Amino acid sequence: MNYFEIKNVTKRFGGLAAVSNLSFQVEQGEIFGIIGPNGSGKTTVFNLISRFFPLTSGEIYYKGKRIDLIPAHKICEMGIGRTFQVVKPLRRMSVIDNIMAGAFLRTSSIRKARHKAEEIIDFCGLDKYTHREAKGLPIPLRKRLEIARSLATEPSLILLDETCAGLNPKESEEAIALIHRIRKTGITIIIVEHIMKVMMGISDRILAINFGSEIALGKPKEIANHPEVIKAYLGDAYA
Amino acid sequence: MKNRNMILTGILLIIAAVLPIFIDAPYQLHILILIMMWAVIGTSWNLLGGYAGQVSFGHAAFFGVGAYTAGLLVFHLGISPWWGMLLGPIVAAVVALPIGLICFRLRGPYFALAMLALGEIFRLLFINLASFTNGAKGILIMPEITSKMAYYYIGLAMLLLTVLITYLIVHSKIGYYMVSIREDQDAATSLGVPTTLYKIYALLPSAFFTGMAGAFYTNYVAFIDPHIVFNLSNISVMVILVVMLGGVATTWGPTVGAAIYIFLGEIFRTTLGPANVLIFGVLVCLIIMFLPNGIVGELNIIKRIMARKKESLPGGA
Repeated sequence: MNYFEIKNVTKRFGGLAAVSNLSFQVEQGEIFGIIGPNGSGKTTVFNLISRFFPLTSGEIYYKGKRIDLIPAHKICEMGIGRTFQVVKPLRRMSVIDNIMAGAFLRTSSIRKARHKAEEIIDFCGLDKYTHREAKGLPIPLRKRLEIARSLATEPSLILLDETCAGLNPKESEEAIALIHRIRKTGITIIIVEHIMKVMMGISDRILAINFGSEIALGKPKEIANHPEVIKAYLGDAYA
Repeated sequence: MKNRNMILTGILLIIAAVLPIFIDAPYQLHILILIMMWAVIGTSWNLLGGYAGQVSFGHAAFFGVGAYTAGLLVFHLGISPWWGMLLGPIVAAVVALPIGLICFRLRGPYFALAMLALGEIFRLLFINLASFTNGAKGILIMPEITSKMAYYYIGLAMLLLTVLITYLIVHSKIGYYMVSIREDQDAATSLGVPTTLYKIYALLPSAFFTGMAGAFYTNYVAFIDPHIVFNLSNISVMVILVVMLGGVATTWGPTVGAAIYIFLGEIFRTTLGPANVLIFGVLVCLIIMFLPNGIVGELNIIKRIMARKKESLPGGA
């Protein structure tokens, strides 16, 4: 039994196949990266896993259970957290309230939720901003808040969508450090990222996709030298 | 800060409790009773529209259903309309449930539009089902209690109950989930919030207490007809203005809004004659332009700015 498996998944928007016949497996505890040029279907894969979109065809399994037919909010309850590429903070709520909203998935007590949120604020290094309203935070902190909120739901698998996009190198480094810390707690991570440097550094395995289909799968080094990947990113002349 | 708010609330409660002893004039008491009734409707609307972000243009439906439940109990069965205070809210919640189940699966303006339609549907139904509702002739009842003082205390009790229940809901897991749905439904879903269910959790108590206010109205005014209790502009829209004026998503905002609204309404009506609605309209525009979060909402912001200024004073005590 695989920890997490996507089997022959296809998603069509009208005539356009955003994801076509994609399959991959993720093992428990690994950091699994998904790369691909703009519009190659990375975020769509996330939206399919978290059930924000229904699948056109195919199956998704998590811990041996089929999850592509259950409603979106149940996915999170099963232990799959996600972040959004375009961050969606709960704007008029403070940082701690944002995280508490996540923590309430596992408890109904305000006290326990607040306690959990405080732990996560420390873990993510948001302690200076505990009572700041989310709408006033700059992008790097919003991205971190997004991760923190998702961690509060106590996921065993977390989907990180472009966590480093739009960050400067120093902020990226902090984000990468956070991803490493998350991994140390035993959470499995699937990450979509544009910045190759980030992906090469943190992923155990990388899946490269283009036009919604797999073009390569393997260790970061193999992927970086794969002719299909270079072609997809730089064009035929460089392959 | 929290303690100070509690003390302030306590003092205001004591004032509210002894007020009728000092005001013995029926007209002034009547105004206070109306304020409390509107505060109840506003607080209920605020739970759904303010905290959960599901704007309703048809709270008159719940108000009218509550009012007519009390009225019809007398009209058909000869049962005391006071039972309507219990039954009316339940009927209103039952009416609300299917609307919520259908509309809350969708986002955007569908719920608001469905509620707008619901209020009008009920008005037309109650006018035309004359054999059951006595149609446009309305229902006249003999009030069992005539002392305004009694209505004052019943109204006050109803308001306190509504505010207390709303406060408890808002300051619990349900409240956090409601606000997160208002702020971003996708984010809420990603955190495992069953959004349709929690919108219904906001709708039911909202309909319940609006229905209670309706039943109270029947008992107090002793006459209802469909044009009054299912009125779009005088009930459904008015409650939105009351909440906007007082403060959206604040505990006491709707009460403050109701007080100002009723009070100003009376002043304008006696001093300005036919122009009162015009002045009122201008005032509402000004408030929405300059105090978009309502009076209580902006009060918190003003307080915070003051507090921040104090903190940054060098060497300040």
